[in-house]
Amino acid sequence: MSTMNTVHSLWTMAAEPAGKIDSPHIEYAQLSPTLIVLGAAIIGVLAEAFVPRKSRYAVQIGIALLGFAAAFAAVIALAAGGHAKEEAQIAAMGAIAVDGPALFLQGTILLVALVAVFTFAERRLDPQEHGKHVDSFAAQGSAVPGGPAEQAAVKAGFTTTEVFPLLAFAVGGMLIFPAANDLLTLFIALEVFSLPLYVLCALARRKRLMSQEAAVKYFLLGAFSSAFFLFGVALLYGYAGTVSYAGIAEVVEGTRQASDPALAQTMGNDALLLIGGAMLLMGLLFKVGAVPFHQWTPDVYQGAPTPVTGFMAAATKVAAFGALLRLLYVVLPGLRWDWRPVMWGVAIATMVIGAILAVTQTDVKRLLAYSSVAHAGFILAGVTAATPDGISSVLFYLAAYSFVTLGAFAVVTLVRDAGGEATHLSKWAGLGRRSPLVAAVFAVFLLAFAGIPLTSGFAGKFAVFKAAAEGGATPLVVIGVISSAIAAFFYVRVIVLMFFSEPKPEGPSVVIPSVLTSTAIAVGVAVTLVLGLAPQYFLDLAGDAGVFVR
Amino acid sequence: MESLIGLLVAAPLLGAAVLLCGGRRLDRTGHWLGTGLAFLSFAFGLVLFTDMLGKDGEHRALHSHLFSWVPVGDFQADVAFQLDQLSMTFVLLITGVGSLIHLYSVGYMEHDERRRRFFGYLNLFLAAMLLLVIADNYLLLYVGWEGVGLASYLLIGFWQHKPSAATAAKKAFIVNRVGDFGLSVAIMLMFTTFGTFAFGPVLANATEAGESKLTAIGLMLLLAACGKSAQVPLQSWLGDAMEGPTPVSALIHAATMVTAGVYLIVRSGAIFNGAPDAQTAVMVVGAVTLLFGAIVGCAKDDIKKGLAGSTMSQIGYMVLAAGLGPIGYVFAIMHLVTHGFFKAGLFLGAGSVMHGMNDEVDMRKYGGLRKYMPVTFVTFGLGYLAIIGFPFLSGFYSKDHLIEAAFARGATQGWIFGSVALLGAAITAFYMTRMMLMTFFGEKRWQPDENGELPHPHESPKTMTIPMVILAAGSVAAGFIFNLGERFVHWLEPVTGYEHGHLPEPLNVPLITGSAVTAMVLGVALAWVKYGRRPVPAVAPRGNALTWAARRDLLQDDVNHVVLVRGGEHLTRSLVYLDHKVVDGVVNGTAATVGGLSGRMRRVQNGFVRSYAVSMFGGAAVLIAATLFMRAV
Repeated sequence: MSTMNTVHSLWTMAAEPAGKIDSPHIEYAQLSPTLIVLGAAIIGVLAEAFVPRKSRYAVQIGIALLGFAAAFAAVIALAAGGHAKEEAQIAAMGAIAVDGPALFLQGTILLVALVAVFTFAERRLDPQEHGKHVDSFAAQGSAVPGGPAEQAAVKAGFTTTEVFPLLAFAVGGMLIFPAANDLLTLFIALEVFSLPLYVLCALARRKRLMSQEAAVKYFLLGAFSSAFFLFGVALLYGYAGTVSYAGIAEVVEGTRQASDPALAQTMGNDALLLIGGAMLLMGLLFKVGAVPFHQWTPDVYQGAPTPVTGFMAAATKVAAFGALLRLLYVVLPGLRWDWRPVMWGVAIATMVIGAILAVTQTDVKRLLAYSSVAHAGFILAGVTAATPDGISSVLFYLAAYSFVTLGAFAVVTLVRDAGGEATHLSKWAGLGRRSPLVAAVFAVFLLAFAGIPLTSGFAGKFAVFKAAAEGGATPLVVIGVISSAIAAFFYVRVIVLMFFSEPKPEGPSVVIPSVLTSTAIAVGVAVTLVLGLAPQYFLDLAGDAGVFVR
Repeated sequence: MESLIGLLVAAPLLGAAVLLCGGRRLDRTGHWLGTGLAFLSFAFGLVLFTDMLGKDGEHRALHSHLFSWVPVGDFQADVAFQLDQLSMTFVLLITGVGSLIHLYSVGYMEHDERRRRFFGYLNLFLAAMLLLVIADNYLLLYVGWEGVGLASYLLIGFWQHKPSAATAAKKAFIVNRVGDFGLSVAIMLMFTTFGTFAFGPVLANATEAGESKLTAIGLMLLLAACGKSAQVPLQSWLGDAMEGPTPVSALIHAATMVTAGVYLIVRSGAIFNGAPDAQTAVMVVGAVTLLFGAIVGCAKDDIKKGLAGSTMSQIGYMVLAAGLGPIGYVFAIMHLVTHGFFKAGLFLGAGSVMHGMNDEVDMRKYGGLRKYMPVTFVTFGLGYLAIIGFPFLSGFYSKDHLIEAAFARGATQGWIFGSVALLGAAITAFYMTRMMLMTFFGEKRWQPDENGELPHPHESPKTMTIPMVILAAGSVAAGFIFNLGERFVHWLEPVTGYEHGHLPEPLNVPLITGSAVTAMVLGVALAWVKYGRRPVPAVAPRGNALTWAARRDLLQDDVNHVVLVRGGEHLTRSLVYLDHKVVDGVVNGTAATVGGLSGRMRRVQNGFVRSYAVSMFGGAAVLIAATLFMRAV
C-alpha cells in the first residue's frame, strides 16, 4: 500500500514542494541485468565518441558481448538465488517485478542478443568495398542514399558501429518490458526498445531506400499504436487511480476502493476499464504482430537489414509476449471473462490470416514475416489458456521460436547474388544441390517452424495447444492445427524448391560466412534440435518459472 | 542348471552372428562351426534333459530370468525362459534333428558358394526356434515366432537368383504375416484381459476371463497357428516353400517350424479348454487340412511337393488332436515328435535322391532307384512305413492314439473327426506308397538333362547318409519307446494335463487299431494297383476333375487370386478412384481456396502506411467494441 502511494506521488504530485520527495529505494542487485545492459549501451556511446575509428568495431563487439554475457550471468545468479520463485519480489518502488517469468524472458532475450551480436558483426558476406570488409549496415546512416556524402563515406570505409549501442539500448528496453510492473514503466520500456529498432531498421547497406521506407513505416505505425497504448494507460489510471499493476488488479477485483478524491468521478467506471484495457492490449498486439495490427511486419521485415530483422523478430516477440502475459495474468485476471473471448478472436484471426497470406509469398523475408504472424497466433492460443500451464508453454514456445527465427534469418543473409541478398524464392530453387549443408540447415529451421516432431517447434506447439485445450479452448486448438497444416504447406514448399528443383544457371551463390554467422546458425540449429529431442528439462524450467509475482 | 537354458539359444545365435558377419575368411570352415554349435546346443539340451529326469514330474520346470525388457510401471515384459517338459521335448527335437540336418547340409551344400551364409541362416533359425519354445511369455515367444519367420523367408529364398524361389519366399512371408497379425492381436487381447503376457499368470487365470474373451483369444491364436503351420486357409505357402534347399524343407518346413502352431495351441491349452467354440474351430481346421494336404499329396509328381502336402496333412492330425483338449494334447505332441523323425528322414531321403538325379524332382522321371541308392532306399522305406502307420513303427503308435482320441471325443463330433482321421490314414498310405513305387520301383524313366546326359544315380556321401540312418532309427523306434508304459503321457501330463478318453459304444481299442491298419492296407493296395502293377506313364495323364484340382493344390492359389488379389485390386482401384476424385478434390479444392483467399487478401497489404493505420484503427475499434460487447452479454 505504501508502495502504491509513493509511486502515485512520484508521478502525480510533482507540484508539491521538492523537499517532500523521498529518494526512491532501488534494489540494484535485483535490477542488475537491465542496469548492466544499459551501462554497456552508454559505454558504447562513449566508445563511439572517443575510441579511434579503426578499433571501434572490435571495441564495440567486446562491449556488447561482455555486457550481454554479464547481464545473462546476473540473470542466472538471480534465478539461482531464488528470485524466480520464493524470493520473487517487486523492486524499484513497485516499478519492476523480479520473478520467474521475468527472469526466464530476460535470459532468453539476452541469449538472443548475444547471438544477434554475431550476426550484426558479420563482415565476410558482402564483397569488399575499397579494400575493406563491410557489414550489413550503411556506411553512414545520415547520408542521402546514392548521394555524394554516401559515396564519400563508402570510400572512406566508414561503418556504422553505432548499431551495437543501439542494440544494447533496445535490449535494455526489452529487459524492462516483460518485467515492468506499472503501466508507465511499461510504456517507457516500450519506447526505449522501439526507438533504437526504428533506427536500426533504417540502416541497411543495400536497398537503402527500401530500408528507410520500412523504418518510417515502422516508426509511424509504432507511434500510432503507442498513442493508443498511452491513451489506454490514461483511461486505466482514471479507472483505478493508480498505474500500478497490483493496484489496478485490486480495483478490478473490488478489494480496494477509491482513494483519490480528484478521481472520484471516474474511479470504478467499468467503461474506462474495458476501453482502456482494450487499447492497452492493442498496443501490445501491435508489437507482437497480431492481426489486424500485423501489416507492418512484412514490409519492415523485408526492408530492415536481415540481422536486425532476425533480432527483432525473435527478441521483440519475447519481450512483447512477456508484457502481454503479465498484463493479462496480473492486471486483468479479474476480467478474464471479458478478455478471453476477444483474445480468442484475435488468436484465430492471427493464426489463420498469417498462414493464408504466407501461402502466396514469393520473398523469403516476407514469407518468414507472415510465418511470424502465424506463430504469434499460436502463442496467443497459449496466452488465452489462462492457466499456469499456459504461461509456461508460452515461455517455452518463445525460447524455442526465437532461436529458430534468428537462425533462419542468419541463413537468409548467406544466399546472395550481385544485388546483395537473394531473397526472391525463385532464386532459391535447387539450393540443396549447390549448397546441401546450408539448404539442410534451413530445412531444419523450416521444419521447426512447421512444428515437425524432433524439432523445438513441435515441442513448443504441442505445449501451447495442450495448455489451450486444457484451458477449455478446444476450438482454438482445432483452428490452430488447421492453420499449422496450411503453414506446413509453404514451409515444405521451400524445402521442395531447394531440394527438388533444378538450380538456375544464374542463380545466387551461398557465401561462406565467417565464424560469427556460423556460430549464430550453429547455435540456432543446436537449440532447435536439443529443445526438440529433449524438451522436458526446458519445459520444467519454464514450468518452474511460470508464476508471476504480484 | 538355469544358466544353461540361455546357452541353448546363445550357441546358435553366436554361430549366426559369426557366420553372417565373419565374411569370406570363414567360407572354408564356417559350416563346421555352425554344425558344431548346433551339436553343442543339443548337448546342452541333453544335459538339461538328464537333469530334468532326476526330478519328480511336478517340479521339473526350470525358470531363468535374464533381464527386464520393457518395464513400464506395473507392467513388466521380461526376457525370461521357462523350460518344462513340453519345452524340453521341443528343445531335443529341434536341436537333435537340427544338428543332424546341419551335418547333412555339409554334404548337400558342398558345391554351393554361399554355404557359409546358409549355415548362418540355419543357426539363426535354431536360435529363433529355441527362443520360441523356451520363452516364458507370449511377447518373447512372438520374438522367436518372427525370428523363425525371418529365417524361413531367408532360406526359402536362399537361391534367390531363381525367380520362383524369390517369389516363394515372398509368398511365405506374406501369408505368414496374416497369421502373425493374429498372434499380435491375441497378445494384445491377453494384455487387456490379464495385464500380463507371462504364461504363468495368463494360463492360471484363464478361467476368470470369461468364455467370450477366451474364444476371441483362442481364435486369434488359431489364426497364428494356421499361418505358421500351413493350415487351411493359410496353407498356400508351404508347397512353394519347397523352392528352398532340401535340408531347409526337412528342418523348417517339416520337422520343426511348421509345428510351432501346434506348440502354440498346446501351450495355450488353458485358454482353449475354456473356449469350446475355439476348440471346435481348431478341430475343423485340423480335419480339413488333414484331408486337403493328403489329397494334394496324391496328385503331386514333384517329390518335395508331395511331401509338403503330406506335412500339411500330418500337421492337420496334430492340430485336430490339439483341438480335442486334454484328451489330445499329449498325442498331438507325440505325433509331432515322431513326425519330426520320419518326415525329416523322408525329406533328407528325397534330397538324397535329387542329389543323385541331377536335382530332378519329378517322380515320373525316377523309377528303379532302389538298386542304385540302397541306403537311401532303406532309410526312406523305413520312414515310409512309419508315416503310413505300419504296425509297431513310430507312426503307428502316435496316429493310432490320435484316432482313438478323436473317436473318444464322443457324440457326432467324435464320429466325424474320427472318421476323417481314419480316411486320412488310408489316403496317407496311398500317396506315400505311390511315392515309394514311383521313385524306387518299376522301370527306369530317367530323362536326359539339358546337357543331354542321363543321370548317374549314386549313393550320397556319409555326411548325408548318417543323419538319414539316425532319423530312420528314430522313425522305427521312437513310437515304441514313447508308448512303453505310457511313458510319453506321464512325461507331458504335468504340463498339458491328460484325460483318458472313453470310447463310445460300440467302439473299442482293438476295433479302432484294426480299422486303422485296414485303412492303411487299403491305401497301399490301391496304390499298388495303380502304380505297382502297371507302368507309370512318363507324362502325367489328364485325370479327372479332382486330379486336376489336386494338382493345382485344390485351387488354393486360384481362390486366393480371385478372393484376395482380384478383390484387393478392386478395393485398391475403388480407393484410388475415391482418392483421386473425392480426397484429392477436397484437398486441391482446399488448396485452391486457400491460395485464392491468400491472393485476394494480399491486396490489403498495399504498402501504404495510411491504409495500414486505418486497418489498425478499425482493429482497435473492433477490439474495444468486442470487449464492451462481451461485458454486455
